Amino acid sequence: MKARVHVMLKNGVLDPQGEAVRHALGALGFEGVEGVRQGKVIDLDLADGTSEAQVNEMCEKLLANTVIESYTVELN
Amino acid sequence: MRAAVITFPGSNCDRDLATGLELVGADVTRVWHKDSKLPEGIDLVGIPGGFSYGDYLRCGAIAANSPICAAVKTHAEKGGYVFGVCNGFQVLTETRLLPGALMRNAGLKYICKTVGLEVAACDSDFLCNYEVGQAIQVPIAHHEGNYTATPDELDRLIGEGRVAFRYTDNPNGSDRDIAGITSANGRVLGMMPHPERAMEDVHGSTDGARLFAGLIGTMASA
Repeated sequence: MKARVHVMLKNGVLDPQGEAVRHALGALGFEGVEGVRQGKVIDLDLADGTSEAQVNEMCEKLLANTVIESYTVELN
Repeated sequence: MRAAVITFPGSNCDRDLATGLELVGADVTRVWHKDSKLPEGIDLVGIPGGFSYGDYLRCGAIAANSPICAAVKTHAEKGGYVFGVCNGFQVLTETRLLPGALMRNAGLKYICKTVGLEVAACDSDFLCNYEVGQAIQVPIAHHEGNYTATPDELDRLIGEGRVAFRYTDNPNGSDRDIAGITSANGRVLGMMPHPERAMEDVHGSTDGARLFAGLIGTMASA
């Protein structure tokens, strides 16, 4: 089984990299890009039977820093 | 004072930190990240600057979960001294021994220069050789030094006198100009600037030497 984890900076935490991307898109002539937030996608190959709770624990302990980041888990 | 300086794969200021501590008279043992125990009788653990594990995932995140860091946490919980500089500060926030997080510099650039700091507290044994409000010069060299915490956490740190150093001209966007903080008992200090690079006249500043000399002096008189 597989799991996909999205890690994003929490709402309200300034994302300077996202801001830089937004400015660069504007410089390329793309108008109307009002916000860019940059994050990470982490794909996990897991033994069958791994629970969502276990993946959440992986996120809490290592994959995300919950001081500044939030995460979502998709199990496939 | 007996000190242990930890080396992770990618640490590159471990020798500087060990040499700095030896200059003020510490007996320094070098410790490898795969060790699961600190040597007996260690007073201070030094976590050096660098790029532990290539800064993979997040700066300090993999190091914070290495075998030696479990021993460092136990050492801190027993009231032992821990000093984390630069990447070491990032490791200490990732272990949650210190609150908050270090994000990418607001200007997105790696910054390597000597900066002015204001000593913001001196209750901690690390800071006993400074005076509150004292201006010192210490080098920084980092890409992720932008200290961030919730407004409540920042108020708490300031209220409890746990902000050790503030930038006089904030180089990286850190909340409330914070350059270094201590734990509630004052025995864990994390800071982005490198006092171990301000030890001798040839370094251009000796302001960092006071930090280590102060700590060793406290122990000698205890």
